[in-house]
Amino acid sequence: MTVVSKGRPGVAGNQAPSVAMRGVKGLVLTICCAVVIIPFVGVISTSLATQQQVTDAGGFVIIPDHVTIAAYRAIFAGGVVTRAIGVSVFITVVGTALSLTCTAMLAYALSRPRSFAHKQLLMVVLFALLFTPGIIPSYLVVKDFGLLNSYWSLIVPTAVNAFNVIVLRAFFMNLPQALIDSARIDGASEATILRKVVLPLSKAAMAVVGLFYAVGYWNAFFNALLYINDTSKWPLQLVLQTYVVNNAEIGTGQLTPGEVLPPQQSLQMAILVVSIVPILLVYPFLQRHFAKGVLTGAVKG
Amino acid sequence: MAVRGEAPADEVRAERSTSRLRRAVAKLRRDRALLLLAIPGLALLLLFQYIPLLGNIIAFENYEPYLGIIHSQWIGLSNFSIIFNGNPEFLDALKNTVIITALQVFFVFPVPIVLALLLNSLVSERLKRLVQSVLYLPHFLSWVVVVAIFQEMFGGSGLLDDWLRAHGHATVNIIGNSGLFKEMIASQVIWKDSGWATILFLAALSQIDAALYEAASVDGASRWRQLWHITLPGLKSIGILLFILQLGSVLSTGFEQIILQQGPVGIASSEVLSTYVYHNGILAGQWGESAAVGLVNGLVGVALVLGANKIAHMFGEQGIYQS
Repeated sequence: MTVVSKGRPGVAGNQAPSVAMRGVKGLVLTICCAVVIIPFVGVISTSLATQQQVTDAGGFVIIPDHVTIAAYRAIFAGGVVTRAIGVSVFITVVGTALSLTCTAMLAYALSRPRSFAHKQLLMVVLFALLFTPGIIPSYLVVKDFGLLNSYWSLIVPTAVNAFNVIVLRAFFMNLPQALIDSARIDGASEATILRKVVLPLSKAAMAVVGLFYAVGYWNAFFNALLYINDTSKWPLQLVLQTYVVNNAEIGTGQLTPGEVLPPQQSLQMAILVVSIVPILLVYPFLQRHFAKGVLTGAVKG
Repeated sequence: MAVRGEAPADEVRAERSTSRLRRAVAKLRRDRALLLLAIPGLALLLLFQYIPLLGNIIAFENYEPYLGIIHSQWIGLSNFSIIFNGNPEFLDALKNTVIITALQVFFVFPVPIVLALLLNSLVSERLKRLVQSVLYLPHFLSWVVVVAIFQEMFGGSGLLDDWLRAHGHATVNIIGNSGLFKEMIASQVIWKDSGWATILFLAALSQIDAALYEAASVDGASRWRQLWHITLPGLKSIGILLFILQLGSVLSTGFEQIILQQGPVGIASSEVLSTYVYHNGILAGQWGESAAVGLVNGLVGVALVLGANKIAHMFGEQGIYQS
């Protein structure tokens, strides 16, 4: 066989692979992708299926032939799920705003070379990365601050993520320092420099870190399980656990009374879809930038 | 030291330390505004990362919630006896934790490496990016969603059972089967995170010098030999680093994933140390003992990381930090 050099860096080997080998590789990757995609298709289809179809299929529908949005109408018509969506949106928006503000300020404060005690302060952040506090002491701290059953218990314990501070700090340090120095000479305060010079140059990095946080708040389950007993304050993930994972019956009591109830399975899948959709919406952006963020952290951290 | 030099040396040292102090004060005054910016973030870290670390002190107390940490009775190491006195529930949790950790290390850890090699060998950049988009996605779903999806696949009215019923086969009990619980946990981790975990391996692969492959193929090395002698050595450092980090996290993570699925399979086969701490501490009020278990769990995790890092150093690898 003549050697066809592809010359692309990092490709394992320059000889053309055999046809059989390529077939096997293609097959393996196709299966991997199918294993990820099929459950999504099934979940979405079942959420749109009618009672008849759900019964015929035995519970799970892959391709619905009659599409109905009854399940979505039911969960958005008020009741447990609607409220939980509201809670989750609130936590995600307020939490992300707080996290971004604190993280950007801390990262900027640590980004200036040779500032007062910057090494020690950086150690404080790095050390937090290494040790995760135990379940019991964390619970007691939240309890002693009187935050049990408060929405703040879902925000403040995870508001500052040391890893994100490191990533953002690395980004700030790579900005052209001359710009910052000249603003300083012009007499701008540090807060002004951060707001007017640094942040406008860091929109992409801030967006990535913001999405890191937003996905974290939206998906958070652990804190809600620990700190929220009041069912009226449940975020979406706890509702998912109760009605989808644990299969609790979704009756008219949980939804708006008087409606004809769509099939349980469709309702469950609709709740699942509602919790996935926000992730899917930001995913193209996440995917493009997260990889870069992870690598920055790994290289500089 | 010579007697003659002592007095002046002291003076110089004193002078030096006052000038250092003066410099520090000047620096502090200059950076005041910068430090103010750091305060909210640092305060949150101190309150919710460092204070809980100190809160581990209740592991040495007969903690009573109404007395608080300060006034509860100090009982030394008594709480830790639960670890050594053969409490069967604790031993179950320990055993399950060790087995799940072993599954993670031997079966979950290699998957992203193989996936990265496959992805890396794709010639078409567009195809590669498409496959990556699909495989990264599950990483961003919550554990609740992942567990729900697995139930829809393998549960009683799930896809697999539907298919088996439709084709006249007997259904299989996977979700409620305590014998398969640990394998289930491992496969969920593979499904959720192995795609995402390829990122760092792909980055390492792109760092390998293409000239090495050219030289090897000129010398007549087969693709397999190139894989063995060039590609895998190129992945060694990042592989070891991730392995060490994983050793540290497996003992503590898995909480959300496992607590969601304990119902159908029962506690005996599914309890791990973190869920044990939750059940006995927060739900049953055995604060001191549970904190002791949590503390030892955390310390073992740190010890594993430091130990593995030490071994990596002995083999001339960089590990997670350089000493």
